[in-house]
Amino acid sequence: MAMASKNISKKPVGVIGAGSFGSAIANILAEKSEVLLYARDSETIRKIAEQKENRGQKLHTNITATGDLSYLASACDVIFPIVPSSAFRSMMQQLSPYLHPYHILIHGTKGLDISLPKGETLDSTKELTRENIKTMSEVIMDESVVIRVGCLAGPNLAKEMAKAQPAATVVASHYWEVIKEGERLLRNDRFQVYGNNDLIGIELAGVLKNIIAIASGALSGLGLGENAKGLLISRGMVEMIHLGKIMGGDVHAFLGLAGIGDLVATCNSTLSRNYTVGYRLAQGESLDEIISTMEEVAEGVNTVRIAKKMVESAKKRAPITEALYDVLFGDLTVEKALSMLMRYPYNVDIDFI
Amino acid sequence: MKPKGKSKNKSYKPILPGTKHWPVVQLNKRRKEFIERTVEETLKRVTEENPGTQELREELETTLHREKLRIKQNPWRVDPPDEYKFWENVKNDLLELAGKPESRTEEEEILRRIIRRYAQEIAGNFKKSRYKLAREIIKFGFARLLNATRVKRFGAFFRNQYTLRDKIQITGKAKQLRKLAKIGTVVMVPTHFSNLDSVLIGWVIHVLGLPAFIYGAGLNLFNIKIFAYFMNSLGAYKVDRRKKNFIYLETLKMYSNLALQEGAHSLFFPGGTRSRSGQIESHLKLGLLSTAMEAQRNTFMKHPDNSGKKIFIVPVTINYNFVLEAPALIHEHLKRLGGGKYYLENDEYSTSYKMLKFMLKFFTKGSDISVSIGKGMDLLGNYVDNQGRSIDQHGRFIDTRDYFTHQGEINIDPQREDEYTRRLSKIIVKEFHRINRVFASHLVAFTAFEIWKKKYHKLDLYDVLRLPEEDLIIEYNEFKECFGRLREEVYKLKKKKMVNIAPHLKNDIDEVIKLGISNVGMYHTKRPLLFNKKGDIITHDMKTLYYYHNRTDGYGLEEYI
Repeated sequence: MAMASKNISKKPVGVIGAGSFGSAIANILAEKSEVLLYARDSETIRKIAEQKENRGQKLHTNITATGDLSYLASACDVIFPIVPSSAFRSMMQQLSPYLHPYHILIHGTKGLDISLPKGETLDSTKELTRENIKTMSEVIMDESVVIRVGCLAGPNLAKEMAKAQPAATVVASHYWEVIKEGERLLRNDRFQVYGNNDLIGIELAGVLKNIIAIASGALSGLGLGENAKGLLISRGMVEMIHLGKIMGGDVHAFLGLAGIGDLVATCNSTLSRNYTVGYRLAQGESLDEIISTMEEVAEGVNTVRIAKKMVESAKKRAPITEALYDVLFGDLTVEKALSMLMRYPYNVDIDFI
Repeated sequence: MKPKGKSKNKSYKPILPGTKHWPVVQLNKRRKEFIERTVEETLKRVTEENPGTQELREELETTLHREKLRIKQNPWRVDPPDEYKFWENVKNDLLELAGKPESRTEEEEILRRIIRRYAQEIAGNFKKSRYKLAREIIKFGFARLLNATRVKRFGAFFRNQYTLRDKIQITGKAKQLRKLAKIGTVVMVPTHFSNLDSVLIGWVIHVLGLPAFIYGAGLNLFNIKIFAYFMNSLGAYKVDRRKKNFIYLETLKMYSNLALQEGAHSLFFPGGTRSRSGQIESHLKLGLLSTAMEAQRNTFMKHPDNSGKKIFIVPVTINYNFVLEAPALIHEHLKRLGGGKYYLENDEYSTSYKMLKFMLKFFTKGSDISVSIGKGMDLLGNYVDNQGRSIDQHGRFIDTRDYFTHQGEINIDPQREDEYTRRLSKIIVKEFHRINRVFASHLVAFTAFEIWKKKYHKLDLYDVLRLPEEDLIIEYNEFKECFGRLREEVYKLKKKKMVNIAPHLKNDIDEVIKLGISNVGMYHTKRPLLFNKKGDIITHDMKTLYYYHNRTDGYGLEEYI
């Protein structure tokens, strides 16, 4: 890829969402290309333009902020949408009229979208099946004509990336050209890029990992040590795979960078939002308190709700997810949840391969 | 019985004034040149796939080996007499080469010979006069047969009271199909249940006033002289399913690809062969579909000003009450499913006599047939309007070229096109299910089989199929109740546009059940369903019942049993 660094693409690359991960990705892209960074509110755009800074990150001079999706879509062939899953569909609906089949979209959102019949909510609905749950790539294809879609996943803590520490990512897509394009645009000496053609599997690995990240934060919040964490990570991995299988994912994706790699990173990191949620829960704070004081969305909270409902509908069990659900949305304490889990009749170590 | 419901029994004018302008006629005029082009393009493809000399030699040797095996193990009457000699020569030439190292040109010469032989075998030989004659014979012959058997009176033979149009209903987007055939190249993709399908579709194409389509017909059909005559005249090219070697398949694909680029409307049975199980195809063969993808991209590349023809995919389902081959097909399906054993592509209608008998029975006895024509789509599965413009799910126009564009230019990306083809095949399968019309006979078969399956839920499929007949009785009221429930579910699916229904399905329930049971597989010697003296429901052939049941499989209806 020696050529790639010289080969600055003529068209700028788009990033939608100026959160901390979006900004970090924009910075990496900006090393090789002009970047258009879309932010929703004019205050952020102004700040980026004037101070070249956002969310505590210094932004590369190649980055231009914009509030105009139509301009972004017409200027860029490749776009990285990185907005919270709860806002993803509406963002796509706004963007969609400006998209064409030649566009390539590589998203970086580790969350799920729920589409229920009118009037139903996640709590009221009787059943949650795979048809109601969409990964972000599926949302993109639902809402637009773009089919050359990919995703980013892997241990990419935004704060570390901002400090230019070494890291790697997976670009997953059914299309080699999307993977190659992602690699061409992102790869540099500090940022390694791996390709994977199991798009759904990689998306699920990234999404489901957040559940275990919350649990891991909770263990630390209780002041527990490394044995407990080792236990959690390995059992958590098994649970992720089971959940992934219910949603039609394949085992392999979970064993790579986007699965185990990301899991280990987030489960040990105070930099992770999901980890922080768990940590503060164990410290006795309520979910409402935590959410109201967090700057950015912790996707894992919503993922727990969705996964719990889905497991129920599939008549399967997922003990960690279920316990977390009761802690987050019920009145179970973290201690009680833990002692429940310790009594849960697990017995087989590996039963997914 | 005249078909009920809105059968659009009108006649369509030909969309082109004379056969002279038919793409297939144009193609045939330059037959020699076209074959040579096919040869050269295929040669290019095969040599690209085998860059090393050693590789190319291995390709040739594998092909030789497979062909010799085929000649020995599975010879057909239609095979040319010089086949053995031809391959023997190839063998000798390859042997001679064995000593010489760098001799790419000689290998390529052998390869060219093989490809040319294949291309000549595949290429159709369309003759206008023959086409017209064949058409008249079919029309006249079938009309006579129909009238003779339906009106059982002396002299009925020469009446014109019944025509094929009464027997075969064409529903769906016929008008759009005609429009699309004028402005672009149509690839029709029908479901495939019976050997009669190609003749049937050929007739439908004619009735709709469309120019002849080219289509790949199994070489085994050419074993029968009468059939061969018709096939040759109807624009068929030959597909030999025994030959599965790379060189042959590439030649075949190139032929189709280039013909599409020439604007020849084509017919693919995307399931490959007849559905053995009776199910609507759920996995399509991607080979021929991929030729459409390639042809489209090539046309886009060649005509940057957008003057090239767009290719339209038109799914079609053929709905029968009765498939003559059903018992044999399901037998084969079960054998394959059970043993996964190797089996030969066999040739069940090996003589003209057998074939004629089959057709006679079919057209005289077979109950009404409906052919549903689906909405036209572009190669990415987007519906097109009557002007052929692609429209996305939000009603916005899309330029199909954009799918093949990377950084502002149309480029060749085989992996992308493979993925597109896979995607297209899934969309076609969905369309099949959507335009499939549920007949009373399909639903009674489904209901009865599922009731028995549920009753003996501890048995596996094979044991259920082997249950003794005396255990297989469904009390009428139980059946009716269950059938009613399933019919409601079918209505719901119809509302969601996931299936279509024949109008007769909406009649009074007792009547519908009666109609269904008397029609399902009505001319098999052993009937799949019938009433006993008490008016309850029994079967004489569980396997065939399973076959007809499968037609409505894949909609999730079994949940409501």
